[in-house]
Amino acid sequence: MVLVIGFVGIQFIPANLNQSNIVPKEDIIDFHKPPDRITSILKISCYDCHSNNTNYPWYNKLQPISWLLEKHIDDAKEELNFSEFKTYSKRKQKSKLKSIVSQIEDNEMPIKGYVLMHKNAKLSEKDKTILINWIEKLKDSL
Amino acid sequence: MKFFKLKWALLAVILISFTAQSNNKEKKITGKLDVTKSVNIGLYSDQQKTDRSKLLVASYLQLKNALVSDDAKEAAIAAEVMVRAFKGFNASGFNADQQKEIAEIIENASEQVEHIADNASRIEHQREHFEVLSNDMSDLIAIVGSEQTLYQTKCPMYNKGKGGIWLSETKDIKNPFYGSKMLTCGSVQKEI
Repeated sequence: MVLVIGFVGIQFIPANLNQSNIVPKEDIIDFHKPPDRITSILKISCYDCHSNNTNYPWYNKLQPISWLLEKHIDDAKEELNFSEFKTYSKRKQKSKLKSIVSQIEDNEMPIKGYVLMHKNAKLSEKDKTILINWIEKLKDSL
Repeated sequence: MKFFKLKWALLAVILISFTAQSNNKEKKITGKLDVTKSVNIGLYSDQQKTDRSKLLVASYLQLKNALVSDDAKEAAIAAEVMVRAFKGFNASGFNADQQKEIAEIIENASEQVEHIADNASRIEHQREHFEVLSNDMSDLIAIVGSEQTLYQTKCPMYNKGKGGIWLSETKDIKNPFYGSKMLTCGSVQKEI
């Protein structure tokens, strides 16, 4: 009974949503204007956690899932936030790009749990190649 | 009824994993502190500019040598000392441009050592971050100097043939990127 009340009760406590209508000029897509294919890969496979704008799944309406996602997204954004990418120093931008390539190559990102719930976020070998090529080129141009 | 039971079980699992997660984090932090206590980090003085890099250089070399001997655990311990050394770094006394550069280097380098400290079982991952860290250390020492003579050494093969540098206390080549797999790959570029 206590559990029931607890579960119902926490549903009324809202979590902060990671959503913003403003696309900042520091956003990596807005700033560097990649080809459409790259933009779509970044938005579908990366931006839910690594930007200021999450496209939430339906189960985010349920607590405590909502809190867990909030915490997860906060951590992810601290590690890398594409919406604020151009506020990073050149040095930091370069090392982030290097890490991104290595995470993709090692299949560490996007994380398994995310791909499980978002089938279209899975990167094909071709996706990986064109994304890595674009990132390497960007890194060398900085 | 069965459905509800399932739902509660699921909820319980989520809650338990959530609390377990935060517990782990606390443990990890205390664990880290214990680790650094056991390492002799010496006194930190800001009397002279080069003095400030002393602890950083010492812990960097400890990290480098751990990677040379393929010891990921020891590397994580040394990286943890570096995390603290970067936090305590005093950049006063340098001009505004230098301070900005120092701050950017420290921000970037700190992330690298944090990753190295957090990945005590993934040496290749540690090495990737060590390569970035070594560039940062080289740039930092160019500004703040180092009391100890260091040799900037380059392995042309690392980083998919793009090459990677490291700093060493000796001219003898002992490669931290490959360890025992290719211990003597590299050549001294310059003395610092």
